Amino acid sequence: MRARYVVAGIGHTAFGKLPGRDTISLNVEACRNALADAGIDKSVVDAVLIKVPTSAHQFMYGQKVAEALGIKPRMGGAWDQGGAANITLISFAIMAIDAGQCDVALICYADNPRSGNRAVYGRPRGDDAAYGWFSTAAGYAMIQRRHMYEFGTRPEHLGAVAIASRRHGAGNPNAQLRSPLTMEQYLNSALLVEPLRRDDCALVSDGGAAVVVMSAKRARALGVPAPVPVLGFGHGQTSYDVQFRQSLTSTEAVRAARTAFSMAGLKPSDVDVAQLYDCFTITVLMTLEDYGFCSKGQAGDFVADGAIEIGGALPINTSGGLLSETGMPGMQLIMEGVRQVRGSARLQVPNVKVCLVSNQGGTMHTHSTLLLGA
Amino acid sequence: MTMPLPAPENTEISRPYWDALKLGRLVFQRCECGHAWLPARRGCPSCLGDKVQWEQACGKGRLVSWVVYHTAYHDAFKHRLPYNVAIVELTEGPRLITNMVDSHERLACDAAVELRVESDEGIALARFALSPRRDDEQGTGSPARRNRA
Ligand SMILES: [Zn+2]
Repeated sequence: MRARYVVAGIGHTAFGKLPGRDTISLNVEACRNALADAGIDKSVVDAVLIKVPTSAHQFMYGQKVAEALGIKPRMGGAWDQGGAANITLISFAIMAIDAGQCDVALICYADNPRSGNRAVYGRPRGDDAAYGWFSTAAGYAMIQRRHMYEFGTRPEHLGAVAIASRRHGAGNPNAQLRSPLTMEQYLNSALLVEPLRRDDCALVSDGGAAVVVMSAKRARALGVPAPVPVLGFGHGQTSYDVQFRQSLTSTEAVRAARTAFSMAGLKPSDVDVAQLYDCFTITVLMTLEDYGFCSKGQAGDFVADGAIEIGGALPINTSGGLLSETGMPGMQLIMEGVRQVRGSARLQVPNVKVCLVSNQGGTMHTHSTLLLGA
Repeated sequence: MTMPLPAPENTEISRPYWDALKLGRLVFQRCECGHAWLPARRGCPSCLGDKVQWEQACGKGRLVSWVVYHTAYHDAFKHRLPYNVAIVELTEGPRLITNMVDSHERLACDAAVELRVESDEGIALARFALSPRRDDEQGTGSPARRNRA
């Protein structure tokens, strides 16, 4: 299956605060732009796969978006797996095309938690609300504390991740937060749920994004100008919530990456640039470890001295990621991965042969990996 | 006026847990296959059987991790900031969300802890305290690094 399927087009809306915009219209705008980027008409689309809006689930949402797009797909629907869903849907599309179930798939996501309702991120966690157990951030803070304890990870290591994303997003005209960050500012930033600082946390953003997936053969026939081959993908899910998980410091990135690298016939040292899900800075450190870019517990040293910044050994999140470009859960990373392979990124890494993208959902509950390459 | 604490939902499944806490006892569920867990479920997530019994915990455990809230996501906690939430693993195996009654500066991962049931606004809660230090143990400030959680 390697390189027989491509991301044919990418598209997105503005990011940030978009008052008055519902998620269906954001999805439609993103899909319109992705179709234009692929140079194709919507009439060839016969699959519409959608990640549910995180902040507002709706019954039959996939069909509502398809109706707004004026498309009667063969396959379609909405999928919930947290932030890992976008890469999962791309791989579902590829497997469905390979099985002859559809030809051209739109995969899209939109949400409006910034101008709408962001209660989902601060929600009580089960019956433990009486103990004050609230928010997504607190689960990541539990994990970060344990990582710091087991491996000696320091605030400066987490700061290096935030600094890289903010540096890369600073010049991105689409980015929601364009102020670069210094280590001093990071270390002095407010504690939110200790040990998490505010600058460790993803933005809360409105916006939508979409990609078009088809076979490489179909892309040639349709004259798609810049198709990007999919080399591999993989998935993993722990299911257990943070407090019941036997290990807080290893993630499903291990299994997801093993599958993806095996499918692509590649290894971590083949990766030229990576877009790593940075919902919280600790996620990036643990993903680097679990993908095998460094050994377990060594990510703090790995990210020091600008190694993950443009010009470093492994530049990551070259458009700003969730910490700077938009808090959208994952699709911005896929789009930037496509740009890096095309050679059209604003902060372009030279001679990109392989770009790795990670998506992650819940509190490290789910993980998916995508390898794109020339 | 401050908001009351969000009360746990008392269901048919979870009622024995909260009723026991009111009497000062922490209980967990154990299946005939030996698997033990919290919170309350109808069946065993290990063997999927439904021969489930309640068992009293000895009250001793280990502090897996903890966090300190500097922002309140619910009005009931605004006047409690900063407050901690912790994960404790009971000696018998089950893990639970709790609060440590000690000052935050003294907390450390893998520290030995023991049950301290407290009534808070009329809700019996299973909180924990650091176990008294024994002379033959290391201080909590520099716990040995173990990759066990
Ligand atoms: Zn059992």
